[in-house]
Amino acid sequence: MRHKLRTILTVVGIAIAILAFGMIRTVIAMWYSGVEASSPNRLITRNAVSLIFPLPVSYRNAIVVVPGVTEVTYAQWFGGIYIDEKHSQFPQMAVDAATWFKVVPENRISETELAAFLRERNAAVVGIQLARRFGWKIGDVVRMRSMIFPGDWDFVIRGIYTGAKKTTDETLFFFQWRYLDEQLRRLESWRAGNVGWYAVKIADPDRAASISEAIDRRFKNSLAETRTETEQAFVQGFISMSDTILVALRIVSIVIIGVILAVLSNTMAMTARERLSEYALLKTLGFGARHLVLLIAGESLLIALIGGAAGILLIGPTVDGFAVVMTSTVGAMFPVVGVSAATRTVSLLMALGVGLAAAIFPSWRAATLKIVTGLRRIG
Amino acid sequence: MITIPVSYSLRNLWTRRLTTVLTAGGIALVIFVFAAVLMLAYGLEKTLVATGSDDNAIVIRKGSQSEMMSLVDRVAVNVIRTQPEVAADPEGEPLAAAEAVVLISMPKRGTGQEAHVQTRGIAPESLAMRPQVKLLAGRLFRPGLSEVIVGAAAERRFEGIGLGRTIRFAMRDWTVVGLFEAEGSGFESEIWLDSEQLLQAFRRPVFSSVTVRLSSPSGLASLKQRLEGDQRFNLEVKREKAFYADQSAMMAGFIRVLGLFVTVIFSLGAMIGAMITMYAAVANRTTEIGTLRALGFPRRSILLAFLVESVFLSLLGGSAGLVLASLLQNMTVSTTNFATFSELAFRFALSPPIVLESIAFALTMGFLGGFLPAVRAARQNILQSLRAV
Repeated sequence: MRHKLRTILTVVGIAIAILAFGMIRTVIAMWYSGVEASSPNRLITRNAVSLIFPLPVSYRNAIVVVPGVTEVTYAQWFGGIYIDEKHSQFPQMAVDAATWFKVVPENRISETELAAFLRERNAAVVGIQLARRFGWKIGDVVRMRSMIFPGDWDFVIRGIYTGAKKTTDETLFFFQWRYLDEQLRRLESWRAGNVGWYAVKIADPDRAASISEAIDRRFKNSLAETRTETEQAFVQGFISMSDTILVALRIVSIVIIGVILAVLSNTMAMTARERLSEYALLKTLGFGARHLVLLIAGESLLIALIGGAAGILLIGPTVDGFAVVMTSTVGAMFPVVGVSAATRTVSLLMALGVGLAAAIFPSWRAATLKIVTGLRRIG
Repeated sequence: MITIPVSYSLRNLWTRRLTTVLTAGGIALVIFVFAAVLMLAYGLEKTLVATGSDDNAIVIRKGSQSEMMSLVDRVAVNVIRTQPEVAADPEGEPLAAAEAVVLISMPKRGTGQEAHVQTRGIAPESLAMRPQVKLLAGRLFRPGLSEVIVGAAAERRFEGIGLGRTIRFAMRDWTVVGLFEAEGSGFESEIWLDSEQLLQAFRRPVFSSVTVRLSSPSGLASLKQRLEGDQRFNLEVKREKAFYADQSAMMAGFIRVLGLFVTVIFSLGAMIGAMITMYAAVANRTTEIGTLRALGFPRRSILLAFLVESVFLSLLGGSAGLVLASLLQNMTVSTTNFATFSELAFRFALSPPIVLESIAFALTMGFLGGFLPAVRAARQNILQSLRAV
């Protein structure tokens, strides 16, 4: 503590690095939030060629009779543009209104709102976070264009859903698949009667593999072959498409640890160099090498700990700031996930690890120091 | 003003090698990440910009951001082909290629994870309009057969699409008869086949886009006005280069925002590292500074000497980081482009502005980190500093 300024600077440096580390981990966690939110007793059936190819709506009747399947719903990606492309992206899906909320119960909606949604052809249900973002209330009309379907589309908000779990995505926009299909029949009839994917509810998660196989076998060698997998595997597949970026982020987070290590080692090395004669003096007085090591390691750990704690406290606000910047520049909305306990723990462990590592070299030097050499030094 | 020789500052760095290396190492890492992020974003843009040509215009359905989402029916294709701005080949046929683009999911090499390959059904005119596309091995597909040619980057990234292999989709087996390259552009990440075969196989009546060669680059405005104003269709005309460049905007923006956020936080850490080092350098040399002052060097010279030391330190770190980052240029990155939802391979690309920005960034860090310690050194009292042991 003799060099107040240096210690403060080191603490700030560590705090910043831990902050960056925790932030990157949280961003990665955002990516994976969909995996956590997925339910083990849901399967996703899509076109085997790729997700952009649709499946006939008639498949529902064939899937629902597969043993072990309790309910089937379907959805179609809308690719809507609200106001403009840059600043207001959010996912919209045309869903089968009657079954969607049965298969996806974590999208919670009141009975009266659900009834209103079912009654009106162009009704929509939106997530509460999305409603807050645009200040929507029930009864508001939302006009959108679509990147995939022709024309202008008007929707009336009839319901606002909330998530049953913390990880549930509350930024989705649902409307009736029937409405989409009717418009398509009129405008591009060859594309009507199709859905993007089926969500299949099963009674027993342990039988997911055999049920998936049974569904896919049913449509083998048809014009639209299917690929069925658990919802978790489906979401994971999305994430793995951008795995290069995730790998890059991980590497950066390791580099950050390298930077803190450099800063703290530097401080500890300097401290130890300045105090060599003191260490020699302590040794003369009879303190053993172990005592010196503890002295140095203790100081290093304390600095790392204070810095780490400060950094961890700052992660939350910084991530929020980052999400705001991202939303305004890229336009996509990031699901807000809190900073997980695991991130905090790992960050703290990192700080401690760095504290220990930084103490190794100076400790070794102090421990092996010859008393005479140390005392002879001036400085 | 008598200045202290620069060599004084440099030799000081050499004297305290370990500390210098650690501090410069910190700065090097920051610059490495900073440059790498910019190189990644720039590489992505460069790849997609190279995909389009200024001489071509692309016609898609209004509001579609990628060809995969766009639909253009045959009536519209014929109208587009006969526009006066469209150039003709030596035989007098219009240079207009109606293409169909779909995504096919395939397992990636190594991980076996599935990703989308952009698959393009091309017209006979397509190759003439894209001179950058050259066959590397094998031959072109024959019209009317279930044959495909595969881009070199796609072949490297995906399993089972090498020369002579068969790919199964849309209830047919397609034979890979050729490999092509396209000067590092986005086409290299695609699979190409006969558009009529693609439409038939997928029972699809419409194309995705029409690319036309303009007889003069300035013809775009009138073509755009006429086609977009045509009430029968719902079309949008863009210069091909701008169209593909737009596809990089979202992803490049994402990389930049995330990367810069991290590096700014990061650079604060490195700056503090430099500051600690410089403060220690000042403290260790109290007597020396006193001596210099006693010899008649003014305060300003001392300030300058320490600033030079710090700036040089950061320059050292910055250059090391940049050299490290430039090694990345040989690395190809492949990831899903959000805008097209398909796999795209691109390289880290270094450009002169990135070099300048990185060096400027390093110098700023050194200057800011070294300024306060240098001020402290300059403000020392001669008598007191000489007395300190």
